[in-house]
Order: sequence, then C-alpha cells, then structure tokens
Amino acid sequence: MIEGKIVKISGPVVVAEGMKGAKMYEVIKVGDTQLIGEIIGLEEDLATMQVYEETAGLKIGEKVIATGRPLSVKLGPGLIKNIYDGVQRPLRVMKDEQGSFILRGVSVKELPEKSWEFVPRVKAGAAVEPGMVLGTVKESEVVEHRILVPPNVSGDLKHIVLKGTYDIEDDIATVKTADGDVGLKMYHAWPVREPRPYAKKHPSTIPLITGQRVLDTFFPIAKGGTAGIPGGFGTGKTVTQHQLAKWADAEIVVYVGCGERGNEMTQVLKEFPELLDPRTGKPITERTVLIANTSNMPVAAREASIYTGVTIAEYFRDMGYNVALMADSTSRWAEALREISGRLEEMPGEAGFPAYLASKLSGFYERSGRVDTLANDTGSLSIIGAVSPPGGDFSEPVTQNTLRVVKVFWALDKKLKDQRHFPSINWLTSYSLYLDEIEDWWKDNVSEKWKMRRDEAMSILQEENELQEIVQLIGPDALPERQRVTLLCAQMIREDFLQQNAFHDVDSFCSENKQVVMLKSILDFYDTALKLIDSGVSVAEIRDMPTVQKIGRLKYVSEKELESYIKGLTDEMYDEYDRLARSYAG
Amino acid sequence: MSDVQKEYSSIREVSGPIIIVDGVEGVGYSEVVEVTLPDGTKRRGQVLEVDRDVAVIQVFEGTSGTTTEGTSVRFTGHTLKLPVSEDMLGRVFNGMGEPIDDGPDIIPDKEMDINGLPINPSAREYPREFIQTGLSAIDGMNTLVRGQKLPIFSGSGLPHNEIAAQITRQTKVLTGEEFGIVFVAMGITYGEANFFTENFRKSGALEKVVMFLNLADDPAIERIITPRVALTAAEYLAFEKDMHLLVILTDMTNYCEALREISAAREEVPGRRGYPGYMYTDLASIYERAGRIEDREGSITQMPILTMPDDDMNHPIPDLSGYITEGQIIVSRELNRKNIYPPIDVSPSLSRLMKDGIGEGLTREDHDGLQNQLFGAYAKGKEMRDLVAVVGEDALSDLDKQYLHFAEEFESNFIRQKRDEDRSIEETLDLGWKMLGMLPEGELKRIDQEYIEKYYPKEQSE
Ligand SMILES: Nc1ncnc2c1ncn2[C@@H]1O[C@H](COP(=O)(O)OP(=O)(O)O)[C@@H](O)[C@H]1O
Ligand SMILES: [Mg+2]
Repeated sequence: MIEGKIVKISGPVVVAEGMKGAKMYEVIKVGDTQLIGEIIGLEEDLATMQVYEETAGLKIGEKVIATGRPLSVKLGPGLIKNIYDGVQRPLRVMKDEQGSFILRGVSVKELPEKSWEFVPRVKAGAAVEPGMVLGTVKESEVVEHRILVPPNVSGDLKHIVLKGTYDIEDDIATVKTADGDVGLKMYHAWPVREPRPYAKKHPSTIPLITGQRVLDTFFPIAKGGTAGIPGGFGTGKTVTQHQLAKWADAEIVVYVGCGERGNEMTQVLKEFPELLDPRTGKPITERTVLIANTSNMPVAAREASIYTGVTIAEYFRDMGYNVALMADSTSRWAEALREISGRLEEMPGEAGFPAYLASKLSGFYERSGRVDTLANDTGSLSIIGAVSPPGGDFSEPVTQNTLRVVKVFWALDKKLKDQRHFPSINWLTSYSLYLDEIEDWWKDNVSEKWKMRRDEAMSILQEENELQEIVQLIGPDALPERQRVTLLCAQMIREDFLQQNAFHDVDSFCSENKQVVMLKSILDFYDTALKLIDSGVSVAEIRDMPTVQKIGRLKYVSEKELESYIKGLTDEMYDEYDRLARSYAG
Repeated sequence: MSDVQKEYSSIREVSGPIIIVDGVEGVGYSEVVEVTLPDGTKRRGQVLEVDRDVAVIQVFEGTSGTTTEGTSVRFTGHTLKLPVSEDMLGRVFNGMGEPIDDGPDIIPDKEMDINGLPINPSAREYPREFIQTGLSAIDGMNTLVRGQKLPIFSGSGLPHNEIAAQITRQTKVLTGEEFGIVFVAMGITYGEANFFTENFRKSGALEKVVMFLNLADDPAIERIITPRVALTAAEYLAFEKDMHLLVILTDMTNYCEALREISAAREEVPGRRGYPGYMYTDLASIYERAGRIEDREGSITQMPILTMPDDDMNHPIPDLSGYITEGQIIVSRELNRKNIYPPIDVSPSLSRLMKDGIGEGLTREDHDGLQNQLFGAYAKGKEMRDLVAVVGEDALSDLDKQYLHFAEEFESNFIRQKRDEDRSIEETLDLGWKMLGMLPEGELKRIDQEYIEKYYPKEQSE
C-alpha cells in the first residue's frame, strides 16, 4: 500500500510526497478524515490530487493512502430512481445517516444493500463474452435491468445461480477465464474516465422525440445524437433540459445537475414521481437516474459528475436501451476544470481555460452514439449539454468548442425570453444536422409531409424576418396585403406553434401527431388566406376570422379531443372561406 | 483549541491584503490566524494556501502597519467560527460578527463554522409559499416565494434601497407568520445603513432584525466574510430556531470587489474584467445558503442587492449572480426617469420559482395566465413604442394603438404605486385584468378561456 504525506494544500488541490508507484486517476484517501481524492498529476514521488470534499482544516503532514483503484462507478441494480453526488455517493443515504447537510469523509455504499430477484438467461457451460446478458432483474416498474458480463471478462460459464432472490453482494455466476475462475455479482465497477466498449457505431436515423414542437419539428435530435443548448441566464436551459428528461422517448434518462442550483434537483425529486410517461403510463422517475453536484458542493466532484453520469448512461446503453443524458451545465464543468488547472498553475488558454478544454469536451460528446453492443443488441446514448456563456456571448470558448462537436444547436435568445416567447429558441440561428437522416422515420411513422411542411414554415419565418426590416422603416400598413398575410401566418407559427408552455398541463407535451396536425392547420389557413386576399378580402377581415383564434387554442386541446376539434376547425374555416369569398365575388 | 499554538515572526512578504509566512509547521488549510503588529494591535486572517513550510494568509482588516519584522503570526488551529444565540435578534454586529451596539455580551448557545455546509439536495424542500411584498411588479409579475434567493439588480442613484425597505416593511405570507430580518451591509455608506435602521425602527421591527455592518470605511477584505458570518446566524435562527428570515445583502458589488482584490494580490490568472475565475463558485457558496429544508420549520429567503457597474447586466457581477439566483428584479433607469416608482422593469425581471408559488390555493387560479398575457401585451406595446418613434403613430393599426396605450397605462397604473401603498394580491390581480380590459378579448391567447369568462372586464372590451 502506498502512503504519503501532504506537503501542499490549495483549495481542492492537494500535493503529497512519498507517492512513488501511485497511478494516474487512482483514488486516494486524503488526510486524517479520509477525504476522497483522485490523482491528476505525478512527478517523481509527488502526487497532485483533486479532492472531492471540502479541504478546510486539512493540515500539512497528514497522511494520504492510495487505494490502488481508479475512480469508478458501481453499475448494477439500484441505479434507477437514485440520486447521487458527483462521485456516486447516494444523497438519500447520506441524508438518512448524517442529516440535512453534507458532512465530510463519509463512505457510503453506491448501490442499495438489498436483494433482487434474478432471472438467469444463460445456462452453465455457455461461452461467456464481454457484455453478454447473464440474466435480468426487474429494477423498477418499467426497467428490466440486464445483468451484464463486465466488458473485460470472457471464458466459460462454470456456474450460474437459479432463478431466485439474491443479495447485491452475492456471486451469481462463476466464469472460467484464462486467468482462473472469476466470480460475478449483479454489479461490476467501471472507471469513469474510460468509455465503455461497444461493437460498432451507426449513423442515427431515428429521432429522439421530445414532445417539444420547436425541437421535434424544427430542430430535431436523433437517438444517439448530440445537442448543445447555450443561453444566458434565465433563457430556459434548465426548463428545456427538464422537459427533455420528462418527455423524451428514451428508455433511460440520466440527468446530471452539474454546478447548478440545489432547488432544481429538489424540483425534479418532487415533480417527477407525479408525472406519467405518456408512452408507458408509469411515473417518469421509474426510468431516471439523477446526479446532483450543485454549485455549492465541492468543485472537483463537479468535474467528475459528468463522467459519473455518462458512464452510467453507457452502461444502460450496453443493455440495449435508448438512453438520453442531459448535463446542466457543461460550462460549470469546464469552470471546474479551469479552477483546478489554475491551482496547478498550468498555462492558461483562452479565457483562462486550460488548453485541453476542447479535447475534453469532444471526448465527452464522443461517448454518445447509436451502437451495436458487445452482445449484438442495439442501444443508443444521446447527449444534450446546456452551456452557460458569460454575458450570454456565444463567442466564448465553451460554446464555441461545443458547437464544433455537437450536431444540433438550440440557440436560446435573450430577446425572445424578454418577450416571454418560450422556449426562447431562436428559429433563425438554431440548426439540426439530423433533418435528412430522420426524414424517412417521420414519413414511415407519422406523416409523409413532415419535412415539406417544416420547410414551408421555416421559409415563412424567414420571409417574416426580411419583411420585419421593412416594417421597422415604414410601418406595417405600407406592405402589400399578401405580405401582410405572410406576417400574420408567421405570427401564428411563432405564437401558436413554436411557443410552448412547459408549465401547462396539456401544452407541456405535444405528440408527433399533434405537432403535424397543428402545423398543417396553420399552413392550410395560410393557403386559404392567400386565396381570400386574391379574391379581394382584406387582411383585417382575415385576422378576424374565428379560425385564427381556434388555431391559437389548439395547443391546449388534449390528444383525446384533438380529432373532433380539428374537424370543427377545418369545417368552420372552409365555411368562412366560402362566405367571405362569396361576398366579394358578388 | 490546543494550547500549543505556535507563533511565528518569520514573515517573508507583505503584499496588499496578503502576508506570506515562512518556516511554519502543521498548518491547516483555511485555518484562522491572529496577526500581531509591532504596536501590539491584533488582526485576524485566514490561510489561503500552504506549501510545505510556507503559508499564504489573507488579513481581513488589511495589512497597513504590517512589517516583515516585528509582526508575529499565531495559528489558532481552527477555522472561522461564529458564536450564535437567539439573543442576536435585535442586535448590531460588525462585519466579523462582533457586537458593536451597547448591548450585553452574547452568551453563545454554540459556535458554528462560518462557511456552513452544503445542504443535501435531497433534503431540500421545494420553496412554494407565496410571499406578498405588496408591490404589483413583484407579486403579480415576478412572484417571490419563501426560501427563494431573488436579487435586486440596480444602478447607482436608483431607489433600490427604498424598494428593499418597502419590501421589508410590507412582506408577509398569507398564513400570517412573520419574518425576521438579517441585514447585511458590505461597503455601503453610513447614511445608507442608517436609512435601513430608521426604516426598521419606524416599522417597529427592530427587535426582529439582526444587523451585520461592514461600512464603506471598514476594512474591505472583511467583506469576504461578512455575508458568511451573517448567513451562519441566519441558518442557526432558521434551521434550529424555526424562524422565517429575509436576508438583505447589500451591496454584493462591494463584496465582489474585495474578492477581486485578493485574487489580484495573489497574482491569480484573472477571469473576465479581472474578477477571479472561481467567482461563480464563490458566489454560489453564499446564494445557495438560501432555502427550505424538509424537516425544519424555518426558512431563509435572500434578497441580495447589487449595483450594476455602468448599468451593464452583462458585467460579471450581475451575470454570475443571475446564473445562480432564482431570478432577478431589475431596477430601470428609464422608468425612474419617467418618475415611476418602483421603477421595476418587469420584462427582463424574472422569478424562477414563481410558477410553483402561484395559482389556485396559493394566490389565485388565473394568476399564471394573467401574468403571461400581461408580459406579452407589455412587450408588444413597447415594440409599438419603438415603431412609433420611427414611423409615427398614424402608421399604426387600431390594434397596435391599443397596445401602445396599454403599455403606458400598465406602467403608470400597474407598476407605479406609492411608497407606502401595500397592495394585496387580489388587488394586484384585479388591476391586471383592468389593464387587459384595454385589449380585445381575442388577443388574450395566453389565458385559459374559463378565466377570461370569469375575470375579463366585459363592459369595456373592443
Ligand atoms: N418552455 C417554457 N415555458 C414556460 N416558461 C419557460 C419555459 N422555458 C423557460 N421558461 C421561463 O424562464 C425561466 C428561466 O428558465 P431556466 O430554464 O431556469 O433558465 P436558465 O436555466 O437558462 O437560466 C423559467 O423559470 C420560466 O419562467
Ligand atoms: Mg439553469
């Protein structure tokens, strides 16, 4: 066992001597109170560590002990519905043991000490491959936890237990490997900084449906894809991330609250159990893992939290699930990197961030993807990262480096936010590089004309933008009637389609079908209105058509009533059309 | 406290608020030190970094008079602690937490580390009890709830103190429990501090107020600990003595300046505009001490005040604060110029916790839709105002003119109120509907039909 002595303390960074033989990223018990730390630099017999707990009171000369293992997470049943800090310590267990405030130097078991009903899937004698499914455990109402052979184990299955209830620490199988017999439990450990292996990555062709109109219809993300959502404070990063965690059609959601507010995690804890997944009908908590390393929790653990989250997410991907990971906010993670880097007196790059910021960021998003698992199943991991640019200025390094790697850019806009246009995603500057890849999915599953209508709506909005400039100069009345109709319809697209109130019971989630129907109604109205203009009807009369208001209320119409509402709306629209057109024809 | 505290006179360097001591042994990170100057005066400091036998120390009262020779440093072996007791109520303390009024000594119930401990996120209770401040711009449009941290972003010369004072006078919850107030001054003038004291005295609330004063002529570096000392007292009163506290912290800008000074003296890599890269984390360690805890009665609601340098909301101080706090109330120079009090610009203001603190059973069923519509209409009205500036009012349609008119009325009737006018939430909401009455019913797209039918003033539509 390697044991050293503290020679330097600077915030979360501690240096110890006498550490010859210790390894990079090895976990260290630091000081008399045994704080958790990790080696981030080695030089001769000096080890530099980042410490995951508050270091106040730590003294020069106290001893540090190397544990011999890298910073890892425990992967097995009990992850779902759990809430962890950045280094996978279960916060509820900590609360039960120590009260409402987080104390230091505690060691708690990562997975609940409980028994699970294990159902084997393979028989003794089978060849054991890395990542193979040994059996299953029903972990929650909706998640069947597939017990995997660790990616670094293969051989012959010497023994496997019968169906029955086993303690999390029991051996459930024995594998004869080249290095002798290995006992397997329902869980295994995996180092967080090492991506879990898979067989092959695929391009993504299936959208991750989020129930958010501006995302699904305008700037979709694919399953296994990446998206960045930068925005100044209060523009809607967290609400959007919460909406995704609630409504995305992923089988597993990993939500990482990284350096943000405690209350936002509390909100998730209180609200999610009461919300039902529109697809399974079960509470959405039943598929969710939370990582909470809030802004007032130690900064080094914040750096680790992203990796803890993504490793857990990869693990579920390896079971063949579609997993979505939200990180709010990656900027706080980058700042943690910067703070540690500053304490190490490394050469600062742009805005003081270390030169390796770009490679760390791309390394993180690289862990997304739609893959063939080692066990020949398919799984996906989608990663959505919030970015918090100082002063809302997107030219800063974290935003820029994120945009270089992600394929979807949801640009939050302060001006829209000030107008209470939510989600305040700017439709002119945002983009998705998945539109073409997922078009077929929409065609096959929802509507032939999804892409066509989306493009038409987009061009109306673009035209509005150009017309707006003219209006600013000469006022709206000076425009020809046809263009004023375009402005009216652009307004309807913005207010009646793009705006979506996350806090309205009905509006919060909008199915694919409803999205199609809503956009169709607006575009049909546009066609009708243009025809009316041609027959001499005025814009004022068109604006006063009851259909306009009906379309405006469409978002609050529940899925159940949608069909009859739409029928009424359409009938009425054509009746009015006839009436108006006739009155001018005569 | 151990008796073998070592005293060193081996001071290598004095630089700004920082001294560096050589040859030390067994020093702890963040440990409190006592510095004795050649003339016998004592000052307090804290260890910022130790590297083998060299300790870097920040001195709260500054280093003037400190010499490399003749000055000695004693390490106390513990981190900064505040003696706390319920007797702190009604008392005045300096920025280090020592009583400065003429009252008796505080007999401590216990001592608490001033840095506090992070609240376990799973132990928090989500804040949702509506707080009525009596100001429509806040209650109606940017509702405050108990346990929230909601700063006032202002500028020099604007009436943020009047607003904060009016809020402290009027604030109540509908269940009737009262608030205690922790008032934390950082670098404000004697006059400003006095304004608050008089305000508390007049409202007869002085015995429910704890004041911590670091004034403009007090040591700047002390400001780094003043809010921590005050929040430690607040945590004790709230989470151990079941009190509901409103903590006013003013001026956070002065706090951040002190932070910058230390950082510069340490020659750290500066972040934006010279403020340290860790300022977000540092501010979070203050703001996140607001909140509610599951099995505790009390609560801490924070209302920090900060003056934005150059009225610039993108300046690092408001920017980082805005990222951490649960919204912000923006005091506007433009409205102030128009003689509107309180000059709160509701558009960029925000209360993130509002949505869960309003509605049926909390304020009123129509509140959410109403505020949403008011925001939309006001934004539209201001857009028209800009347009009129270019093309003149004649170019506007009738509807556009209605919006223009709405914006004017909204500012001068809804936002504006008297300095002693305490509006109930009912009054605020009814006033909001009266404003919407200036617009055609069909424009109210953000409100559920049933509330329009119930509250929209019928007689004056169109
Ligand atoms: N889709 C939405 N629907 C309704 N309100 C929203 C929506 N998105 C954002 N908001 C409003 O904006 C506020 C700030 O959003 P938030 O996500 O907390 O911002 P950020 O995380 O970017 O600082 C929320 O409290 C809410 O009032
Ligand atoms: Mg946020």
